[in-house]
Amino acid sequence: MLRLDGVTVRFGERTALEAVDLEVAEHETVCVLGPSGSGKSTLLRVVAGLQQADAGRVLLSGRDQSGVPPHRRGVGLMFQDHQLFPQRDVAGNVAFGPRMHGMNRAETERRVAELLELVGLPGAGRRAVTALSGGEQQRVALARALAPEPKLLMLDEPLGQLDRGLRERLVVELRALFRRLGTTVLAVTHDHGEAFALADRVVVMEGGRIAQTGTPLEVWQRPASPFVARFLGFDNITAATVHGDTAVTGWGKLTVPQGTPQGSILLLVRPGGVLLRTPGEGLRCTVEARTFRGGDASTVTVLLRPHQGPPLEAACTLRDAPEEGAEVGAVFDPCEVVALEGEDADGPVQRPAGPAQRPADRVPSR
Amino acid sequence: MDLAHREVAVDKEHDAAGRRTGRSGRGGLGGWARGGWGSWVRLGLMAGPVAFFAVFFGYPVAAIVGRGLREGGQWQLGRIGQVLSDPDILQVLWFTLWQAAASTALTLALALPGAYVFARFDFPGKRLLRAVVTVPFVLPTVVVGSAFLALAGRGGVLDAWWGVRLDTSVWAILLAHVFFNYAVVVRTVGGLWSQLDPRQEEAARVLGAGRLAAWRRVTLPALAPSVAAAALIVFLFTFTSFGVIQVLGGPRYATLEVEIYRQTATLLDLPTAAVLTLVQFAAVAALLAVHAWSLRKRETALSLVPAEHTARRPSGAGQWALLCSVLGVMVLLTVAPLLVLMVRAFDGPEGWGLAFFRALGAQQQDSATFVVAPVEAIGNSLAYAAVATAIALVVGGLAAAALTRRAGRLVRGLDALLMLPLGTSAVTVGFGFLVALDEPPLDLRSSWILVPLAQALVGVPFVIRTMLPVLRAVDVRLREAAAVLGASPLRAWGEVDFPLVRRALLVAAGFAFTVSLGEFGATVFIARPDTPTLPVAVARMLGRAGESNYGQAMALSTILMLVCAGVLLALERVRTDGQGEL
Repeated sequence: MLRLDGVTVRFGERTALEAVDLEVAEHETVCVLGPSGSGKSTLLRVVAGLQQADAGRVLLSGRDQSGVPPHRRGVGLMFQDHQLFPQRDVAGNVAFGPRMHGMNRAETERRVAELLELVGLPGAGRRAVTALSGGEQQRVALARALAPEPKLLMLDEPLGQLDRGLRERLVVELRALFRRLGTTVLAVTHDHGEAFALADRVVVMEGGRIAQTGTPLEVWQRPASPFVARFLGFDNITAATVHGDTAVTGWGKLTVPQGTPQGSILLLVRPGGVLLRTPGEGLRCTVEARTFRGGDASTVTVLLRPHQGPPLEAACTLRDAPEEGAEVGAVFDPCEVVALEGEDADGPVQRPAGPAQRPADRVPSR
Repeated sequence: MDLAHREVAVDKEHDAAGRRTGRSGRGGLGGWARGGWGSWVRLGLMAGPVAFFAVFFGYPVAAIVGRGLREGGQWQLGRIGQVLSDPDILQVLWFTLWQAAASTALTLALALPGAYVFARFDFPGKRLLRAVVTVPFVLPTVVVGSAFLALAGRGGVLDAWWGVRLDTSVWAILLAHVFFNYAVVVRTVGGLWSQLDPRQEEAARVLGAGRLAAWRRVTLPALAPSVAAAALIVFLFTFTSFGVIQVLGGPRYATLEVEIYRQTATLLDLPTAAVLTLVQFAAVAALLAVHAWSLRKRETALSLVPAEHTARRPSGAGQWALLCSVLGVMVLLTVAPLLVLMVRAFDGPEGWGLAFFRALGAQQQDSATFVVAPVEAIGNSLAYAAVATAIALVVGGLAAAALTRRAGRLVRGLDALLMLPLGTSAVTVGFGFLVALDEPPLDLRSSWILVPLAQALVGVPFVIRTMLPVLRAVDVRLREAAAVLGASPLRAWGEVDFPLVRRALLVAAGFAFTVSLGEFGATVFIARPDTPTLPVAVARMLGRAGESNYGQAMALSTILMLVCAGVLLALERVRTDGQGEL
């Protein structure tokens, strides 16, 4: 359906996309995930034809799109802040695409009514778009993008501006809707929860490059690089020397799963894999802070200061959470230990990209 | 250039627009046209306006300067030194400068309280008063001159009641300038003031600042750039003042512009006129540069809120007294001269009536200045102004479209260049037309189109200033949304941009029309004796002795004022959502 071959985009000195290869199959929903500045939006703009690629090709249904202007590409794009036409009412916005494609009036009206029904706003056609709530605007934008029946629907931070409850509901609705319509979808977001809930396949981007591609489960279970791990919120990363099923790390010796590469590598221990015991057992730590996360599982994130090695994060239930300042012992569950590729140049992510901006003192000591 | 008054507060819109759209900081995402045919389209759009300005502004001005400063194929640059050391000329320069400075100071002193009152108080009749205050702004300078003549001149109201005559004193000039530019300050400064979030001041109060300290440390710094910009514009207008001085200045007072006219038309001393033109050119270019610089400085983030939330009803005797005194000054200053003008027009030799108006319809035998009945000037003016408006809309519209994307130095340079006609001596342009456009392929000297062309020249900057902020405020991504939905670039413009700028286009047309209607400096040179425009006819009548001529001048001015006021009120209606200021 969609194929990108070595697409590169530069803005002056800055490289927004570097040699990106990507494929989206028919009826597939692919979510591009990355921090702001990683080139996600630029990727969509290149596919839409709103941004010229400095190198590489974009193919839609096997046809090279270079030189094809946006209005002839037959893709849909839902903008981050919707970009509804302020001077038109809801129906006027949704009818825009069909009108541009020369659909006759009666058919357009039918299509508009059908789409408004589909997005859960039946009969809202005459309302002014400026009078809509954020969620309603988002629905209208979706209806407008779907109206010309694009080959490929692209969503730029589709739920970014909505509040949490609405977002979680809409993710489910969207996924069901795309399933039902068989739409091919390419979405970008910085929220991994959103991406995992929406996508068949997730593409994690780092500084204009693709860092990892896989199903949500694959990416979650086996983050390919320290960057991906940190982006997903996993900060327990350490250098390790692996011998057989034992790794020597800053936290002492720990057992690794079978098939872990040997020698000098980086290891991630997911917070769920840091088990809290009495102080005599395992690695001795002081509880530095605990953060109640809420949610159904009543999860608490506990920040530990081990007597050796870098800080550790552990996840546990509210019932089991130790008090701040308490002494505990930490043992590691081998099933939650993951080998990472590449170097850990990063501190914790979640801040503007660009290696130059990262303070050097945040590199964890080994 | 005296009629150049309306540029003004649209600049304020500039920065506000930038903030409103929340221009995305992502680099270079300007559009699919990046680097491709888009820049060629922009160049093509620019070609028309640039050619227009080259042929109808640059060439005539260069021709007249050349004629003045070249002798036998040699540049006589020594003339510059000679002229600039002439004590009479130095006197003119000095007067031009100090009257502009004094006018500016006086305007600020009288208008800033007005700006405050409009920004922070809610009172009945506010909208109407806002419109009324703006009427002088679109009035032709000749009319303003005659209004002040009617108020404070020979046989004027003040003369009749108290024996006070100001038409020979500089006070009449200063007051006329205040009258003219009051709205500039009220609208630019008041517009921003009304959008400043009062909570900023409240925050300062909570942090321990007194009422005055809070104003001085929070509001004043936010206002200062717009006060400076307004002051600069008032200075520019008064520096190049022509019509007002021509009518009120008498033989004693002359600005540069008036002196250029005298040297050119009366003394036929072209070299001196050429030097003075260059001096004015340099001064205006410097002023515009400072203006552009202060505009850029103004593009700092301010905390703006919709104006309707910031105004309150005055409470307490103190606030009411302040409001009443400010409104009193406002009415006295702006409404009184207009009223007096009308009174004089109807106050005929046989008592009240339309005697002067009827006289306008009669063929005048006694003079060579009028070969047709003055009433025909109305038709001439309307026809010329309509053609000039059409030209200004096309040229200005193209330029605004090309300048929409603020890309680089070239665009900013062109932007500034297109403003130059506002400050260049209209007299020079008019005379330059006669000198330069008299041989094939551009032999237009005997063509009627000459007048609308000259008028369009001053109309274009207003069209650009009105259209540009609105065009720039249209979010690029709206266009992109249209493109992705299948609209070709042309279609996207028609479907997205046009509905949004239609209103601005109307406003621009209104300005271009009133500016053209009131244009005097250039028209006075090129209008043929048998087809005078309204301002030219008024000036000719004022130039002749006799009660009847004077009354007819007042009558004609009244007609001109009513036409301008009508256009302005129509504009106020069009602009219901507060798009653009002025």
